[in-house]
Amino acid sequence: MANKDKVYEVILAICRILEEKKLYLTQLDAAIGDGDHGLNMAKGFGAAKEKLDEKKFNTPSDIMKTVGMALISKVGGAAGPLYGTAFLNASKVIAAKEEIDSNDLVAMLETALDGVKFRGKAVVGEKTMVDAIEPAINALKKALEEGNSTKEAMDKAVQAAADGVAYTKTIIATKGRASYLGERSIGHEDPGAMSSYIILKTIAENL
Amino acid sequence: MKKVINNPDNVVDELLQGMVYAHPNHVRRLEGFEVLVRKDSPIERKVALVSGGGSGHEPSHGGFVGTGMLDGAVAGAVFTSPTPDQVYEAVKAVAGPKGVLLIVKNYTGDIMNFEMAKEMAEADDIKVDYVVVNDDVAVENSTWTTGRRGIAGTVLVHKITGAMAETGAELDEVKRVAEKVINNVRSMGLALTPCIVPAAGKPNFTLAENEIEVGMGIHGEPGTHRETLRPADELVDHLLGKILADIDYTGSEVVVMINGLSSTPLMELYIVNKRVHEVLKEKGIKVYKSLVGEFMTSLEMAGFSITVLKLDDEMKKLFDAPADTPAFKSL
Repeated sequence: MANKDKVYEVILAICRILEEKKLYLTQLDAAIGDGDHGLNMAKGFGAAKEKLDEKKFNTPSDIMKTVGMALISKVGGAAGPLYGTAFLNASKVIAAKEEIDSNDLVAMLETALDGVKFRGKAVVGEKTMVDAIEPAINALKKALEEGNSTKEAMDKAVQAAADGVAYTKTIIATKGRASYLGERSIGHEDPGAMSSYIILKTIAENL
Repeated sequence: MKKVINNPDNVVDELLQGMVYAHPNHVRRLEGFEVLVRKDSPIERKVALVSGGGSGHEPSHGGFVGTGMLDGAVAGAVFTSPTPDQVYEAVKAVAGPKGVLLIVKNYTGDIMNFEMAKEMAEADDIKVDYVVVNDDVAVENSTWTTGRRGIAGTVLVHKITGAMAETGAELDEVKRVAEKVINNVRSMGLALTPCIVPAAGKPNFTLAENEIEVGMGIHGEPGTHRETLRPADELVDHLLGKILADIDYTGSEVVVMINGLSSTPLMELYIVNKRVHEVLKEKGIKVYKSLVGEFMTSLEMAGFSITVLKLDDEMKKLFDAPADTPAFKSL
């Protein structure tokens, strides 16, 4: 399904789209958080791209690890440790593999989600990234079991993530800065769920 | 935006360098990092204390690095938690055989970044533990939120825990004292004006001419409500009422801290202090010591917070122990 060149290509696509969506994500965050999510994501992935361009990488795992470390050391706040842990975990589960397949993709996403839930101590329904990622993984697994191609299954996962983002608009935040708003957080999409959706969509489009 | 800065991207670097020039007998900077450590670090005979957080709250936390308080302070970008690698470097630089205690304010990002740093240091066989300060009673319903925020009360945690560490106590004892302070310290503040994060260039919220936000956080997080400005005594009565309702201070001795957020003159802080003392006296709560000044600011925000720490004999003794830092001296 994907070798290191493909993974690099997907990361570059994520960098581009996050740069494009920088202000949009920041506006979402300004409504219920501290208004820096888009700036931080663009900064983090920009730093990841710089690191990736410094040397040659041998495996998809190396690339994922470099992205994870860059996010952890450049972003700060909550997004850095959460996305950084997600990429680091994903890199570990495909260690040494030269080519990753759809089973690896599922394993990477699952361990990434575990990392986010562990680090952020969040579960579904708290208006966080988890609300986009968990339903996406469930949809992906189901679609693969039903015999869909990886591409088709990822499209279903992206749809589930989009539904997850829409769901965050209807619930009260109980994690992160938005939680201080209590009921006033209803009516706003969670910026972290939105950035997770954007990343999943970019992966699907570039597979 | 009117600010005395150069490039917004360089504010943290330049502020740290300025602090080192101002206080060369207390602090030095870790080359290449946004970290200030005690000039004489690492000190082998004691547990080292490391705190930190976003910048914009000066003198917190670098101003409290020195004898009897912190061994290291990590400065994140303005209002943004420092990254784990920066905290990890601070820990490595100050750690002795007795280990390191991290003092973290209760914000989602701070906790995650400090926890990761702890894991990194533990991988190097450094003994590390941490405590989380959550003194802001403005956040109610903490079962359903991230929990109360850490604000000015953190400075009292630095002071008393720092004194305990100076005695040469072991890590679990130092942590016990830190947790005791955390369990007995409560704060609440209000804002008269917003502040401007240099990189954003505009205020993070707006208040009308006569409007204040009660319970506002030190990053401009929402408080309990907005209202029209009232006389100082009424503002104090409200904030202090919330604090005194949160834990039972009856018959106890306390340390009071009146903390200016930055643009509120000392004159007004003393007016606040006067009323705080009157109310506490009325309620039979004895003020052991008062601190009035700027300890945990919020860029150029106008406003103040009140902190009340309920003492016992151990905390009293440790509060009185000597401290010599750029922003807090006790002889």
